[in-house]
Amino acid sequence: MSIRTGTAHRYDVVVIGSGPGGLAAAIAAKKTGADDVLIVERDQELGGILLQCIHNGFGVEVFGEDLPGPGYAQRFIDDVRALDIDTLRDTMVLEIDRTPVQGEARKLYVTGGRGGFSEIEAKAVVLAMGCRERTRAQIRIPGMRPAGVYTAGTAQRWVNVEGYMPGKRIVILGSGDIGMIMARRLTFEGAKVERVLEVMPYLTGLSRNYVQCLLDFDIPLQLRHTVKRILGRDRVEAVEAVAVDERWQPIRGTEEIIPCDTLLLSVGLIPENELSQNVGVRLDPVTGGPYVDESYQTNLPGIFAAGNVVHVYDLVDWVTEAGQVAGERAACYAMGTTCAIVAPPIPTRAGEHVRYVVPHTLNPEQLTQADVRLQMRVTEPLEQAVRIEVHDGERLIARQGARYARPGEMVNITLRRRDYDTVRTARELRVSVVPR
Amino acid sequence: MTTRTTINNDGAPRDYDIIIVGAGIVGAMVARFLSRYDLDILWIEKEADICTGATSANSAIIHGGYDALPGSLKAELNVRGNAMWDQLAEELQFSFERCGTYVVAIGDEEREALDEQAERGRANGVPVEIIPGEEMRRREPHINEAVSAALYCPVGGICDPWGATLAAAENAVSNGVTLMRSTAFEDFLWASDGPSGKRRITGIKSSHGDLTARWVINAAGLYADDVMHKAGTRLEFHITPRRGEYYVLDRNQFEMNSVLFPVPSKISKGILVTTTVHGNTIVGPNAEELEDKEDTAVTASGMQEIWDGACKLVPDLSRRHIIALFAGLRPGGNAPSSNPVLDYHKDFIVEIPTEVAGLVNLGGIESPGLTAAPAIAERVVRLLEGAGEPLQVKADWLPKRPARPVFRHLSREEQAALVARDPRYGRVICRCEMVTEGEIVAEIHAPIPADSYDAIKRRTWLGTGRCQGAFDMPRVVEILARELAIDPLTVSKKGSASELLVRRTKDLEVG
Repeated sequence: MSIRTGTAHRYDVVVIGSGPGGLAAAIAAKKTGADDVLIVERDQELGGILLQCIHNGFGVEVFGEDLPGPGYAQRFIDDVRALDIDTLRDTMVLEIDRTPVQGEARKLYVTGGRGGFSEIEAKAVVLAMGCRERTRAQIRIPGMRPAGVYTAGTAQRWVNVEGYMPGKRIVILGSGDIGMIMARRLTFEGAKVERVLEVMPYLTGLSRNYVQCLLDFDIPLQLRHTVKRILGRDRVEAVEAVAVDERWQPIRGTEEIIPCDTLLLSVGLIPENELSQNVGVRLDPVTGGPYVDESYQTNLPGIFAAGNVVHVYDLVDWVTEAGQVAGERAACYAMGTTCAIVAPPIPTRAGEHVRYVVPHTLNPEQLTQADVRLQMRVTEPLEQAVRIEVHDGERLIARQGARYARPGEMVNITLRRRDYDTVRTARELRVSVVPR
Repeated sequence: MTTRTTINNDGAPRDYDIIIVGAGIVGAMVARFLSRYDLDILWIEKEADICTGATSANSAIIHGGYDALPGSLKAELNVRGNAMWDQLAEELQFSFERCGTYVVAIGDEEREALDEQAERGRANGVPVEIIPGEEMRRREPHINEAVSAALYCPVGGICDPWGATLAAAENAVSNGVTLMRSTAFEDFLWASDGPSGKRRITGIKSSHGDLTARWVINAAGLYADDVMHKAGTRLEFHITPRRGEYYVLDRNQFEMNSVLFPVPSKISKGILVTTTVHGNTIVGPNAEELEDKEDTAVTASGMQEIWDGACKLVPDLSRRHIIALFAGLRPGGNAPSSNPVLDYHKDFIVEIPTEVAGLVNLGGIESPGLTAAPAIAERVVRLLEGAGEPLQVKADWLPKRPARPVFRHLSREEQAALVARDPRYGRVICRCEMVTEGEIVAEIHAPIPADSYDAIKRRTWLGTGRCQGAFDMPRVVEILARELAIDPLTVSKKGSASELLVRRTKDLEVG
């Protein structure tokens, strides 16, 4: 364990989670000038879910290289070591105290298999717990409850980390990225992936995964289809697939029994915020993550959040970027060098075709120091050239083009430092994605 | 006293005084109550673990007893059973809260139905009180504003049915009862007719061979009718499985503090919205009669029905808060009441049948069977005594079952002390329910070893939270394999044929 003995376990910045968001936050915090930075990771190793993502596709934005997940994580882990950032692995944060100690640091209770139970104080906290997968219950799939119904991520851990196959004949529900990647992975390992079913009329993961993981391996994708029923008492014996109408209701007569021993679910991810909620962080019901400002600070001063804990990303490189911003600002908070607030923060708002916008508020003074990226998801596929626009009432503040916009792929627009004067006077920032 | 381990059935003796068939709450209470006496008891269960049938999936309510028909055995055992739970929970260390229950009338038209329930309550000697709608709204802010009145029963409560069954079973085993899981009843063994002319049972044929005993106690739940018929008793008795579906809600998202019943229908107590000892709200059940005694499937129509029913009581429920769904089967019988003045055909059977010797039948133990189980066990003891069975209290009988540490229930100071003593309690395996490796390992090596994923889930509550085991499952497989020194490929969800994994990666497929 690398908590230094003899210190009072008091840190400038404590980062909870060591996935891409957490690693980047810790490194940025240290580089920004925070002396004592700690990462708490509940698994045995640093890296989070990246460690089980042995496929490539990571690092194109950040390194200009196409890396597998563990390789991408290792670059940051090397930096963590080089920068002498403390780490507590095999350790879970049980609770963050609701009330800061003497108005400045918060107490964290942690427990671990190797380091035991301890208390840590943190001037600033970065929440980077990532997300979890939606389960069978959340989409309410009828039928029996046998062995063989797993989330795609659980299967991924078994296959890629533990070296076990969860099944031989597999149906995947949901065209999320992990599901498609696992379709390919399981095929490599000799399993038969019967098909991927998607209840929506469009792909919910990245198009490149559809091409590289399904098309290239002749794995059929059926849109507007779902699982009506799981069969089998002890182990999955089959699933009953069915087509659905515009209101997601099963269409009678389209049922089909698909024999299989495994049903994998790739039906969405949910930011993991139980720890955040317990300390009083307010959550956005649309994203499932905290309301954050442009520094990824939550409603609680000194508590920041980065990555999938805020909203679910599709590219890890952007999680890294968010982690960098959160870590840097957390360090500033701990050091007392936070950017001044001269006027109330400006709220962002989801406009036409936009489901949500992160960050939720923006302190325009931040634009004097750095660009601010607004991230969003669209409500439906727009398969034509689009404009991403930021308005204050009728006034256009920024505009950017894109070839298309799809719900499975996050959309961005960057407010530049040069936009400071126009943003400063805005009452709100309404973000829309409209056909060109 | 020796504790017979139950992982390997092969070494167990084959001759007993008493064989109990079925390891639900009724079997567990009977085993526990009889373990007090100097008897050699074998207890068999066809499934890989105890508590997998009706007891494993119900509303977890300890009913006050105002609903049962006055004069029926059901009413008598409900009221008596209810009174026994405080002492049981104390001795056996499981979760039980006598929090009181409500039957709520929504709108004026349901108001009258409460009077009938109150009347029954008074006839059964159960304390009940009708409270005005306004008071009900104050006590449960989530309730439908149209509530006109409610029947409050202060002695009603909630428990953990898994915990209660496991605790009673463990106490029985610690007191010398031999438990054999994965052992199915097949038929009876008979002595040649004695001088009385009455056929006498001498034991059973099981999936592990012949096992002999002077008494067989039929606590086979959904299959109690089949066992009765094999003995040539109660040939007219038939169990119709009645399925009930449930939702479990995330306690972090929605919390309620009461047990709410609607006004009852002819066939069931209706769709409840109730808190649990774990803090999660559950809604359900519907009531659907089936043929198949294994059909615990949840259905689209059933889920709709329970949701509609629940929203009638608590309109601000949100489907977003659902974290689990399950269905259970109630063993509904058709036994006429032994009380001749009653025209009632759904009563419990608790009897030594007259046609054969050596059999105790327990049947039709649907709701309030969980509540009544200890009273049923008490009655079984009396029946055996009445039949001339010499019941000698053992000098070394242990009435108490010590509880094992539950990390999430401890204060921070206690947690720190526990982790300092055994670092495995510091490693959180189930992050939603805060279950540690120490708790899992303790259950694997407990008097009734947990040797499957579901067995650990029932004992520790692991995997029941919002991620439904997605994170913990690979780690539990690893721990089970390590502790039991078995191949991870043999680790199952709920016994053989439900293995979680199929092969190693890179292994060649043969055939």
